[in-house]
Amino acid sequence: MINREAGVFQTSYSSDMALYTLPLAKITVWVTLGLLLILPLPLMLGNNEHAMSIVNTIALAAIGAIGLNILNGYTGQISLGQGAFMAVGGYTAAIVSSRYGMPFWFGILAGGGMAALVGTLFGIPSLRIKGLYLAIATLAAQLIIEWTINHVSWIGGGAQSSIYVDTPTFLGLAFNNEFRRYYLILVFFLLAYFAAQNLVRSRVGRAFIAIRDRDVAAEIIGVNIFKYKLLAFAVSSFYAGVAGALWTYYLRIANYENFTLGVSIEYLTMIIIGGLGSVLGSVLGAIFIKLLPIVLDLSVIRIAKGVFGIPYESVANFLANFQLFIFGALIILFLIAEPEGLARLWENVKRYFRLWPYAY
Amino acid sequence: MGLRKWLVGCLVLACVIGVGNMVPAVADEIVIGGQCDRTGPTKPVGIQICPGVLDYVKLVNKQGGVKGHTLRYIEVEHGYKVDRGVEAYERLKREGAVALLDYGTPIVYALTPRHMEDKIPGLTPGFGRADSTDGERYPYIFPMAASYWSQIGAAMQYLKDKGGTKKGSKIAYLFYDNPAGREPLAIFNRICEMEGYECRDFAVPAPGVEMASQVLDITRRMRADWVVGHLFGNAPSVSIKELKKNGFPLDKVLSLVWGAGEEDMRTAGWDTAQGYLGMQFAGVGRDFPVIQDIIKMYQAENQEVPEYVGWVYYNRGVLVAALMVEAIRLAIEQEGLPVTGEKVKKGFETIKDFTLGGFLPPLTVVASDHEGGGWVRIYQTKGEKLVPFTDWFRGYREIVLDEVKKAAKAEEKK
Repeated sequence: MINREAGVFQTSYSSDMALYTLPLAKITVWVTLGLLLILPLPLMLGNNEHAMSIVNTIALAAIGAIGLNILNGYTGQISLGQGAFMAVGGYTAAIVSSRYGMPFWFGILAGGGMAALVGTLFGIPSLRIKGLYLAIATLAAQLIIEWTINHVSWIGGGAQSSIYVDTPTFLGLAFNNEFRRYYLILVFFLLAYFAAQNLVRSRVGRAFIAIRDRDVAAEIIGVNIFKYKLLAFAVSSFYAGVAGALWTYYLRIANYENFTLGVSIEYLTMIIIGGLGSVLGSVLGAIFIKLLPIVLDLSVIRIAKGVFGIPYESVANFLANFQLFIFGALIILFLIAEPEGLARLWENVKRYFRLWPYAY
Repeated sequence: MGLRKWLVGCLVLACVIGVGNMVPAVADEIVIGGQCDRTGPTKPVGIQICPGVLDYVKLVNKQGGVKGHTLRYIEVEHGYKVDRGVEAYERLKREGAVALLDYGTPIVYALTPRHMEDKIPGLTPGFGRADSTDGERYPYIFPMAASYWSQIGAAMQYLKDKGGTKKGSKIAYLFYDNPAGREPLAIFNRICEMEGYECRDFAVPAPGVEMASQVLDITRRMRADWVVGHLFGNAPSVSIKELKKNGFPLDKVLSLVWGAGEEDMRTAGWDTAQGYLGMQFAGVGRDFPVIQDIIKMYQAENQEVPEYVGWVYYNRGVLVAALMVEAIRLAIEQEGLPVTGEKVKKGFETIKDFTLGGFLPPLTVVASDHEGGGWVRIYQTKGEKLVPFTDWFRGYREIVLDEVKKAAKAEEKK
């Protein structure tokens, strides 16, 4: 069977260490990769930039969510500052590319690096405080960074606190439509995804998990808590910075109103819905949070009109609020059905088919 | 087996949504689109502006459309979120919209490059950057109403002409501490320096519902002669209450355009708000032919006329729709069919002395000035109504335009 360990023998250390060992898993990954690569083609034929823009938004959010999950889900440090770290990345990218004429890839790296630096700084309180108290300390990071961007005109770019950047170009090719921007984002998304998948099963990842499960015990078995907690903040903020920088190049403006506290909370929701301590879960959570409101918006209005024959004008306010109601209800429903998130739901599906057709 | 139920449930949901999404397209209609915020932080504004747009488009269609073509207006709710705003823009673009209403300052910022790329004109009345007045830098962005810079210029002009300010007068600028709130500061400070006023600015941090210390400072320590307010959301009503509590005469308070809606007066209490001055870029009330037509349309359908018809934000919605319709009409007249974004842009740029029966200032838009002159009008709170207090006017135009030019130069240098 291709979906079970039974009968699959590894004959070298490297194949034993591979990220995916089951034949079915390998096939799935390659097929998914292929599909992601050709995804824009049918959309391009239909000239559907709308659908592409939704995919782009989800991919961007997924990068940030993976980063937050490394900190929250794997290391157990609650952070409410994800939005702010994204802002650091976004503004750094905007400053280096609009004022110093750097190419976009440098801006993305610089954004990630600067966010890692700032994130590490704001991670220092985590060495002394834990849990909800740390959440409040990172909330301070959110407020301080927002205030700084708003009031230091060298960073914020003046009264409007926003900096325009040029459309990024690579080897003479401008990323000036949604399809091209998709490939730009896809590269970074895949890098982020596989880097995280490998990180969490490495020595560093195991140290993160040990800290999450019980930091005293981790310290006793020799995990350097000081180093690894700050490292978790650095990695997580690096991801946030890259996501923020990409978001800036995607919109071609850095504006702190894209990275407010509400955004930080949204990212926290993504990883809770998706599954704490799961890289795939972060992606699923990003899809859930970003896609569902749009699907609801597209469908609720049309169902109201098509099925019940109600014109939009007369119930617009109700429908707008009704969507939020359904969205909230679905979040609760999914959390009740599987508190460990969408990733666990996917695990259950896999487990079911592993034993299929026998129930045990 | 719970899992099986789940899968079936998901499948059913997918089918329902798939069926719901099949909507036939009708040919020979002109599509325009707009974003709306009926649920987000600016909901009190959204639930009035959006019906205003919808009603006016409906009225135009009832009267035979634009040059015989039916208008299809698509509204997309975005809840004031930037990513939803981008989605809304792409959705409307896909539907073939030839003119768009962008809603919300951060969203206007984010969509500006897209408008240039796709050559679809975007209306940003009262939102967005003041320097997008410069139509040569932002060919597809149309503020079409007084920008924050023009508003503060007009406010200072009013203070000088009718408010009795002279050298040494004390003026306080009370603003919401966000980019939109800070935008007028540059002009405010320049005029203060030029006229020799003693000016101070007072920032109100988000969410803007706590300003006791700022108001105390203004009324007791600074002892301001005038307060110019630039607040949003719930903040204006709080400022009215606080200023009143401290005994500051409200007819010495002049609010810029987002701080003087009926809902603000109601929240603060109409009795409290008596005398409060608010700036407007569209007419307020029902005494305009266009609003009367809408009321007649409601009556013809035996529907109750909603309370908000004729209110500040509703009328701004009508203004937006009227400008879109006028631009499309001009585009068809001058450039012919089919209507495209580029043609509508030219249509906007040929709007001349458009007033809609006194509803709008004498609006004239040219390629270099997408603001239409920067006209405003002041209304005062009297009884349970906002009544006209001045005629359409503008002020310190040269300073405003100079600042626009400076912004363009700074962008070039960067």
